[in-house]
Amino acid sequence: MTVSVLQFGGSNCDRDTVAALDHLGVDADLVWHDDGLPAETSGVVVPGGFSYGDYLRAGAMAARSPIMADVKEAAENGTPVLGICNGAQIGCEARLTPGAFTTNESARFQCEHVHVRVENADTPFTQAYEEGEVIELPIAHGEGRFEIDDDELDRLEDDDRVLFRYCDAEGDVTEGANPNGSKHNVAGVLGEHDHVAVLMPHPERVSLPDVGITDGQGVLQAFGR
Amino acid sequence: MALADSDRELVEEELGREPTPAEAALFENLWSEHCAYRSSRPLLSAFDSEGEQVVVGPGDDAAVVALPTGEDEDDVYITMGIESHNHPSYVDPFDGAATGVGGIVRDTLSMGAYPIALADSLYFGDFDREHSRYLFEGVVEGISHYGNCIGVPTVTGSVAFHDEYEGNPLVNVSCIGLIDDPDRLVTAQAQEPGNKLVLVGNATGRDGLGGASFASEDLSEDAETEDRPAVQVGDPYTEKLLIEANEALLDENLVESARDLGAAGLGGATSEMVAKGGLGARIELDAVHQREPNMNALEILLAESQERMAYEVKPENVERVQEIADRYDLGSSVIGEVTEGNYVCTFEGSEVQRASEGENGEQSEPQGRETVVDADGHFLGEGAPMNDLPAEEPTESERDLPDIDPQDAFETVVASPNTASKRWVYRQYDHEVQVRTATRPGDDASILAVREAETGLAYSAGADPNWTEAAPYEGARAVALENATNVAAKGATPLAAVDCLNGGNPEKPDVYGGFKGIVDGLADMCETLSTPVVGGNVSLYNDSPSGPIPPTPTLALVGTKDGYDAPSLSLSGEGELVVVGDLSLAGDAETRLGGSELLAQAGGSDRFPELPEDPAALVETLAAVADYDSTLASHDVSHGGLAVALGEMVHEDVGVDVELPDTLALFHEQAGRAVIETTDPEAVEDAFAGIAPVTRIGAADDSGVLSVTVDGETVSATAAEIADLREVIERELA
Repeated sequence: MTVSVLQFGGSNCDRDTVAALDHLGVDADLVWHDDGLPAETSGVVVPGGFSYGDYLRAGAMAARSPIMADVKEAAENGTPVLGICNGAQIGCEARLTPGAFTTNESARFQCEHVHVRVENADTPFTQAYEEGEVIELPIAHGEGRFEIDDDELDRLEDDDRVLFRYCDAEGDVTEGANPNGSKHNVAGVLGEHDHVAVLMPHPERVSLPDVGITDGQGVLQAFGR
Repeated sequence: MALADSDRELVEEELGREPTPAEAALFENLWSEHCAYRSSRPLLSAFDSEGEQVVVGPGDDAAVVALPTGEDEDDVYITMGIESHNHPSYVDPFDGAATGVGGIVRDTLSMGAYPIALADSLYFGDFDREHSRYLFEGVVEGISHYGNCIGVPTVTGSVAFHDEYEGNPLVNVSCIGLIDDPDRLVTAQAQEPGNKLVLVGNATGRDGLGGASFASEDLSEDAETEDRPAVQVGDPYTEKLLIEANEALLDENLVESARDLGAAGLGGATSEMVAKGGLGARIELDAVHQREPNMNALEILLAESQERMAYEVKPENVERVQEIADRYDLGSSVIGEVTEGNYVCTFEGSEVQRASEGENGEQSEPQGRETVVDADGHFLGEGAPMNDLPAEEPTESERDLPDIDPQDAFETVVASPNTASKRWVYRQYDHEVQVRTATRPGDDASILAVREAETGLAYSAGADPNWTEAAPYEGARAVALENATNVAAKGATPLAAVDCLNGGNPEKPDVYGGFKGIVDGLADMCETLSTPVVGGNVSLYNDSPSGPIPPTPTLALVGTKDGYDAPSLSLSGEGELVVVGDLSLAGDAETRLGGSELLAQAGGSDRFPELPEDPAALVETLAAVADYDSTLASHDVSHGGLAVALGEMVHEDVGVDVELPDTLALFHEQAGRAVIETTDPEAVEDAFAGIAPVTRIGAADDSGVLSVTVDGETVSATAAEIADLREVIERELA
C-alpha cells in the first residue's frame, strides 16, 4: 500500500513530501496527474506549489482536473486525503473542504515560520499532538487567507473541524499572530470526515531532523496508521 | 544600434560578400559587448579558474564543480552560474528581474543539473527616492514570483542602495544546481554531425528582439518607454515544466548537448553549440514552433522569447524527446541538424508572405527556400575583435573625517537601509522549498543540506558599492574576502566562486580604470584564498544620464563543511566576546573609515582599510573555530562595522558590554573579521596565533542592552530599540 503524492504541472513540494513520508517509514510515490490515481492508493497528498501557474485562481484549474474526481471518490471510500498549501487551495476549490484561501492581507508572498495551536487532536492528522499544543510550522504562500461565510464558519467550529489556528508562542490566538488575515486565525480545516484535511503551513518542511525542528511529523504520521 | 562599420568590413572580408540582413543582425548581437565581452575579455585572464575540484570552467552555460566526497563515494557535482539583468530591470522591474531568474535557471538545466538554490544581489538608488523604491519593490516581487513558482529556493543575496544606481539599478542573479550522477553532466558542445537539433519549450514570438545589443549600450533618458519591446515577459509555469521535462530527458539519457536560449535567441544558442564542437548546422527557421503568424527569418532567429531550450538529440531519440515534451505540455520542433559545414539557416516564407510576393502558394517549390545565414560557426561566436581601451588609474581618497558623536553615529548606521534588516525582502522569497535550507537567510551565509554528498553547502553573495567606489582594487579584494569570511563564520571553507562584474561605459577611461581595478582586486583575493573563479558575467554600459554606476563586483561564493549545523548569529549570553582579524583593534594598522557606511551617511572620506596579511589562513582558521564546542555564536563583521555586527547579535534576552579603544573602531569596515562568543577565549587565541590578531572586547550578558564604551563615552541601546532601527525597510514599504 502506497501513498500517492500528486504532481500537477507547477507542483513543487511533491518531492519534499515524498522525502518526509519516506523518513517516517511511509511508502510514497509521485503520481503525475495525467496518469490517474493508482488503484492501490492508501492515501493521497495534494502537495504545495503553483499548479497551472496559479493562473485564473490558486488551485482552480487543478481542482477541475480528472484526477481530482478520482481523489474525491477515494476520499468518499475512506482513503485519507491531505492538501498542503496549494493542495489546500485545490482541496477547497474541489469542495473537499469548506471555505477558500485567498490573497494575504499583506498582498505579498510570505515565507516564514509561525506558531499554530492544535484545536482538535482527535483526527488522524493531529493525534500525535495534544489539544492546545503549540507547534512551529513554516508558511510560504501569497494566497493563504482563509475565507468562509459566517454561518459555515459557525458550523465548522461547532463540529470541531478546525484543525489548527495561528497563535503566538504562548498559544494565544491573537490578531498579531495571524500572518495572513485568516478568519478566526484558521490555518487548517477538516472536510466532512476527519480523514480529509487541508492546511496552509508546510508540515513536510519540518519533518527532516537534519535541517532543524520536526514539529510537522505528526501531521504526516496520519499516513503511517 | 547597427553593426559597426569596422565589424561590417571584417564580416564582408570573411564571407566574401555582403552579409544578408539576418546575418548582419546576428553578428550585431553576437558581437555585442553583452555576448562577446569585447572590452572585458582582455582583463578577465586575471582570474584563476583552475583547481582539482573544477570539472567545467568558464565558457559554458554554467560552471561545474565537484563536491568533496569520501574515497569510495561517487562524485557529486554542483553547477554555479551568475547573470545580470540590469537594463531590463530598469525598464520593467517585475519582468526584467523575473526573466533574469528564468535565464540563470535554464543555464543550470542545460548542464544536466537540477536547480537547488538562488541568490540575488540587488543595487538601487537612494532608498529615500520614490523611483528607487518602485524599482526595488518591482524587482523583489518579480524574483519572488518567478523563483517561488518554479520551486527553487532563494536562500541568500544582498541589497545595497547608493545614489549612483539611480538611473541604472543592478539585478545580479546566481544559481546553484546539483548533478548527483556524473553521467548526467551535459555541456553546450555539439557532439556529432547528423544529430538533430530539437527546440523545446515556449513557442517563439516577436519578443525581446535585440536584447543583447540593448544590454550593450547606455540607458537613455526615455529608456522606460522606448526600450520596453526589448524586455521579455517570463512564464514561470512553463519554466517549471521545462525543469521537469529536462530531468525526464536526462533520466533516459536522451541529451547529447544542450543550451538555453538567452541573448540572441535561437541564433545565439545554436551557433554557439556547434561552434564549441567545431561543427556546423543546417537549420530550417520555418520549422520552429511559433506563437504568432508571419514571422520573418530574422525575427525567428533572434527573438528572445523565454523558457526555451535547444537540445542536440540522436536521430533515433527524437521521437521520445518529443513525447516527453508533450507529456509536460511543452511545444517542441525539430529545427535541423548538426553538420560538418558552416552554420546555415534557411527559410521558406509562409503562404501569406509568398502571396504578397506574387506567388500562388505552391508548397514544395524548392526555390521558395532561401538561405538567410551561411557563416562559419566559430567566426560567428569568436570572431569579434577585442577592444583595447585606455584606462585611467583611480585616485586614492584622503582622510577628511566628519565630527562623529558615537551614539548618533551608531543610530544612523544601524538604521541605514544598507545595513538594516532585509527581512522584508527574503520573506517574499520561498527560501525553504526543497527542504535543504539548514541556515536560513538573515545570517552570514545560508547552509544547504546536500545529502547526496553528505556535505553542508554554504552560500554567500554580494558586493559593497561604498567599498569599490572608495577604492576599486582594494574594495574588490575586500568583497572577495568578505564573502569568504561569511561562509567561514558558519564553519565552511571556500570551494569556488562566480562573479558578476558590473561597470559603466568602458569607453570612458576613468570608468574603465575603475572596472579594471575591481577585476584585478577580485581576481587577486580569490587567488590568495585558493578559490577558483569558475565562471561569471560582465555587464558594462551601466551608464545613464545621471552618470556611471560605482564599479560593482558581485561575487557568489560557495563553501563546504561536514554536516549541516552552524553556529548561530544570535548571542547565547554566556560567553566572552572576541573579535578575530581586526588589525586596527590590535594596534597593527591605522583605523580607516574609507568605504564605510558611516562616511556614506555622514559625509567625508578616508583611505580604505588594510586587509589581513594571510587571509587564506584566517578564513581556514575561522571555519575551524566556528565549529568549536566552545563557540556559542559567530558573526562576520562587515557593512556598518562592529556597530552593526553587535547590534545584530543582541536580542531581547541577551546584551553585550564592550569596550573599544576609540570611536572609529566601532565603524570601520575592514573585511576579514568576525565576532565570536566563546567560553574559551584562549582556544581562539591559540588557533589564530601567528595568523591574525584576536582581541577580547567584553562579554555577553542577560541585560538585553548593547553597551559599548568608546573614548570614555558609552553608546547604549536596548535590543528593542535596535530592532526598531533595523526595521526601516519593512516599516517604509509595509
